Parts: sequence; structure tokens; C-alpha cells
Amino acid sequence: MWAILSILVENKPGILFKVTHLFRSRNFNIDSISVGVTENPEYSRMTITTYGDEKQVTQIVKQLDKMIDTVEVKQLDEHKTVYRELSIFKIKVSNANDSMEINKLANAYGGKVHDVKKDSIMVELTATPDQITAFEELALQFGIIDVARTGVAALQRSGAS
Amino acid sequence: MATDLENKMETMSGAKALMKALEKEGVKEVFGLPGGANLPMYDEFARCDIRHILTRHEQSAAHMADGFGRVSRKPGVCFATSGPGATNILTGIATAQADSAPMVAVTGQVPVAMIGRDAFQESDIIGMANPVVKYAFQPRDAKEVPEAVRKGFFIAETGRPGPVLIDIPKDVQTNQAEMVFPDEFKIRGYHPWADPDMVNVEKAITMLLGAEKPVILAGGGTIISSAFAELQTLAELLMIPVVTTFKGKGSFPENHPLSLGPIGMHGHAEANKIMTEADCVLAIGTRFSDRSVGTFEEFEKRLKIIHMDVDPAEIGKNQTTSVAVVGDVRASLRIMVKMLMQKAIKQTDENKWLQHVKETKEYWRENLKLHPGEMGAAKILRKLRELLPHQSIITTEVGQHQMWASLFFDVIQPGTFFSSTGLGTMGWGFPAAIGAKVAKPDVHVVDIAGDGSFAMTENSLATAVLEDIPVIVFVMNNFTLGMVAQWQRTFYERRMIGVDQGKYCPDYVKLAESYGAQGLRAQSMDELDKAIKTALSSNVATVIDIPIDPEEDVLPFVAPGTSLKDMVLPS
Repeated sequence: MWAILSILVENKPGILFKVTHLFRSRNFNIDSISVGVTENPEYSRMTITTYGDEKQVTQIVKQLDKMIDTVEVKQLDEHKTVYRELSIFKIKVSNANDSMEINKLANAYGGKVHDVKKDSIMVELTATPDQITAFEELALQFGIIDVARTGVAALQRSGAS
Repeated sequence: MATDLENKMETMSGAKALMKALEKEGVKEVFGLPGGANLPMYDEFARCDIRHILTRHEQSAAHMADGFGRVSRKPGVCFATSGPGATNILTGIATAQADSAPMVAVTGQVPVAMIGRDAFQESDIIGMANPVVKYAFQPRDAKEVPEAVRKGFFIAETGRPGPVLIDIPKDVQTNQAEMVFPDEFKIRGYHPWADPDMVNVEKAITMLLGAEKPVILAGGGTIISSAFAELQTLAELLMIPVVTTFKGKGSFPENHPLSLGPIGMHGHAEANKIMTEADCVLAIGTRFSDRSVGTFEEFEKRLKIIHMDVDPAEIGKNQTTSVAVVGDVRASLRIMVKMLMQKAIKQTDENKWLQHVKETKEYWRENLKLHPGEMGAAKILRKLRELLPHQSIITTEVGQHQMWASLFFDVIQPGTFFSSTGLGTMGWGFPAAIGAKVAKPDVHVVDIAGDGSFAMTENSLATAVLEDIPVIVFVMNNFTLGMVAQWQRTFYERRMIGVDQGKYCPDYVKLAESYGAQGLRAQSMDELDKAIKTALSSNVATVIDIPIDPEEDVLPFVAPGTSLKDMVLPS
């Protein structure tokens, strides 16, 4: 199963290393990771997505919780969570028709078009990882020059527990 | 508030603050070795009452602190310099982490401005130690030192104990600052105590009472939390047989009628048999190591597991549990005993299961085939047991002798047996014995050793002699890396590679004497009897060299990757 973990950590040097190291040493996988400071500068929030069966995910949560630098660890229910990833695609443009088609595709996915050049277009897309992957599959027909993805950022909806 | 704080403030160097903070923690001894980057803290020994115990290798300093910590249940402290000094203590730190032993290791580091420049004797010890410490601090400002020490001790000794590293750059040691020694502090992400879990204790009782073939499995956590009396009362109230893990060996008196001894790879035959027949286990303070339970899937088949542990991450890690009781195991056991007494539950031994347990135990006590020679492992260790007072402390090295100790040396007084069970660190036993003796100078401390393992830290004889710490090293000498040799005999068609230690290379009697220790050789039971008595009445460290048969195997044996059911017995 795919799991979204939201981890509130002390905003100190070396914590990202410790968290990622824990995944490596316990034989878990990181699917994506994003980190940013919270409204309280003493804390950062890490959002990590991972794959594993229920037992493995429970173990990851417990091991993260055991870390002294983690203040709060939550496994988020994706149905009660707003989660998004930012991605930027540089897509190949071979002819004028491509340019139009890429624009249409970007619009269909709610993406923004940047840096339109004769032979390439950049598309910024903020969506769920699945939507981004779907977009990527469709963009493949034009040829993808580069992709950058941020990993998921997520917060639970109010009232959800 | 401000005036209180000002009153507490004092200007001093980081090194002085370190020593003062250690004194405040009640530290009386530090095991260590000086070097360039920790000289400022060493200089402070001239101006404080803490005793420095010099070791000949930093790994031994860490093992001494570990042995001290396990026996005293307060963190043992070791010092090492930067670079190789720090990397040398890593094995000791990892050993303490694997066995949940409280320790505070303090390393010197190159000055802050030199960090990251590949300076002389610089190592990123924080990065290297991270996976094997409970926590690590690197104060970057002298004024952070007192709080790092206070928090370090708190973390090392509370909850599930473990090693803490404090890495102090040299300029942080020498810089002056206004120091505050905090009594109170907050660590937001650390909650070592859980409230007693009454609901699950109640469930556990119901499950145990409903079981036909219940067993108690006592792990190392039982010893760490000193839950000896609670365990014994519980076992006697419910009349449930007690097996232990190897780390839990001696959490329950091994001469008690309900005791079956350790399970596992080299567990007692009767313990492994009864464990595999049980339908319900109360597992106390154990992580269900593969060495204890064999294959995880086979172990939990048909078995209801009640798991008590202070560490919530242990619940469900290796075994599926029916009931989990998170919290200090002593506190949980107390509640359990109290509830049983309130319900006036007192079982008798008149049931089929207990009868079967007794018969199994008697059968194996009588029928386990032992080495026929005069100096067989069982005979040697039983002789030691016979002559050694019950309150004496045993440490072991790692190898065949360690497993023979598990099989044939009965621990009568709970909490007197210590071994590197998790990491299996050869060379642990002797320095750990020295640390144990420092913690408890009034009892005999014996390191049950093999020649291979003792060879790794034998230079601690210098510490034992010069610092007047008279421990006994009991070397079961088969001139071989015996456990490896046994595996080569068993799994590699007797291709003996890299196991021959040479005859008397070194001669341990002469080696001991060269350090100013006492060296004795015992080649017969009579000589052994005399040697043990001489060692016990001496006030100098003694090595007893006992040549044994290099071909003797440790049996029973549960091969790796198999289940307790597949136990191989002596033929």
C-alpha cells in the first residue's frame, strides 16, 4: 500500500539525515520526501510517501515516533487529506502542432505553461502524484527533455483524525 | 526567576563545565584514553574528584563503561579523542545499543572551524554513530555543554536505555562561557514513560488463565527493569514455567522448579521443547531476536503472544501479538500481580501441563549427552558454579564458551549474568568485567572467556593491574575460534579455514604474569578446583587458562534459518 506520513520534527541541522537514514537502516523505501519549516520556526514538517504492507508501515511510524527529534508522526488517510506535488516538465516541441497540443494537455490538467521556446515548452503542474504520472504518460508522445518533481506535501483536512 | 538564573551562572570553560556536569550526575569514574582533541577535558581531571581509569584501547573503554552501566543501572562514562579514538569506541557503542545498556560516551572533536576540512584526526563521528546511538549531541558553543550532559544522561538511562554520544570540538572545550546547569529541561519528542496499561494487563491475565499450555518468556528487559521479584511472584501465583531469552538469562533463578533456562539457538533442550509446545506465551521485555525464536513464522504459529515491553516499536516488529502491554515491564508486572492477588488467584501445580513440563525437564537434565572427557565444558562450568558465591557477577566473551555458559552455568541470584547478546562482540567480556567490578567492588567478577575472544581485548590486563581492579578471566582455551570451527565442521564439511589460534600463542599464564597479573593453568579437575579457589582468595587480577578439547561442539543447536523444533541434539 501507498502511505503518506506527516512528520513534525525539530528544525535543527542533521534531522533530515537521521530520518532518511532510519528508512535505509530499517530496510524501508522512500517514495518521495518534502521538507519545509512550519509556522513555528522551531519545527519543520516532513512529508514522506512510502510503500509497504500494513505491518511495515506501522513499523515505520513506530520507529519514526521513537526518534527523539520527531515531535509528532502521523499516517494520513489519503481520503481525508489534501495532498499535492509540484512538478515541472520540459517537453520537446517538434512542430507548431505539438505546441498547440501541449498547451491543450497542460490546460486539461490545470497546468501552467512557461518558457515557450521554438523547440521546447515548460509546464508547471501541481496535482496528486497519480495525476502527474498520468500527465507524464501523455507528454511522452512529444518527448520529455527533463522532469523535476518535489514530492508530496500534505495536510489533513479539518475534522479528520 | 532572572536572579535565580544569575545565581546559578558561573563563567568557566566547556571542559570544566563538562566535568562539573558529570559530577552533578554522580559520576565517580571515567574509562578512557587521552589524545590531542580531548586534552582540555583530560586536564580537568587534575581539578576534580572523578577517577580516570586508563585503558589500552578505546573499544575497551566503551565496554568497561557498558559493563559498569549494566551492573549499576547508571550510565557508564567513557572518553576518547577524535578521529581513530572516536571510531575505536564505535564497536563499544553499537554493543551497548544492541543490548540496551546505558552509556555516555564523550569524544573530542577538531575545532569547530576545522570541521569538514578533513583535519588531522577528524572523523564525522556524529554521522557514523547515528545508527548505533540512542542520541548524539555535538555542542557548538561552550554554554551548550551542561545541558547536553544533563539531557544525555536522562536519555541514556530512561525508557529503553542506550548509549548517548557527546562529541565536543576542542575549542568548545577551551572557550569560556557563562554556564547554567539546568535541573529542568524539555525534550519534546521523547516520552520514555507510558501510563500503566490496566486494560491490557487485565486482558493478558484472562488469556493466560484461559491457556492450556502457558509459558513465560523473560527477556533482557526483565533484568534492565529489575523485575525479578515481580516475575517470580507472578510465575508462582500462576504456576507457569519460565523460559528466558539468552539476554534474559538469570532474570529468574535457574535452580527454581519452574525454571527451564534459555531458549534459542543454543537454548536448553527442555526450554526449546516446552516453548514449541506452548499455546500462549507471556513475553516480557524481549525483541524476539532470531537467535531466540528461530524463524519468526514458525515461532508464532499456534501461539498466542502477550508482549510486554517499554518500547512500543518492539510490538509487532518480529512477531504478531495478541495482547500488547506497553510500559516499564516491572510496573506492568506489579499491576498484574496485584490484580491476581485481588482476585485471589493462586494456581496449584496439579495440572497435566506442569506435570509434562516437569517430566521434560527431568528427562533432559538426566539424558542430555555431555562431553565424556574430564575437562568437558559442562563439568568445568559446574565446578565454577559450585565454588563461586551466588552474588558474584559473570560476564562472558562471545563464542562457544558463551553458549556453554548459557547451557551449563546456572544463575541463582537474578541479575548477575551479563553478555554481549545482541551484537555478539568478541572482546566484550573482559573489559565489561572490569567495569562491573568498578560498579560493584565487593563481589567477585568472573569473565567466562574463550581464547579467541579474550585475545581481542587482553591488553585490558594492564588496566586491571595498574588500576587495581581484580577480576578473574576464566579462559576455556581450545586454541581455536571454536564457534566458527563448529560451523565449519557442521556446514562446511570440516574445511577448517582461519580458526587455528596456535598452541599457547600466547601462553596466557605468561601473558598474565607479564602484566603483573596472576596466571594459573588448570589441566585437571583438581587443578581447576585449586585455581578457582586461589583466584577467589587473591586480590590481583587472575587469568585461569583451561585447555579443553578443540572438537567439543555446543549442543543442542538450532541452525540459523530453522525453527526451535529442528533442534539438533548431541548424538
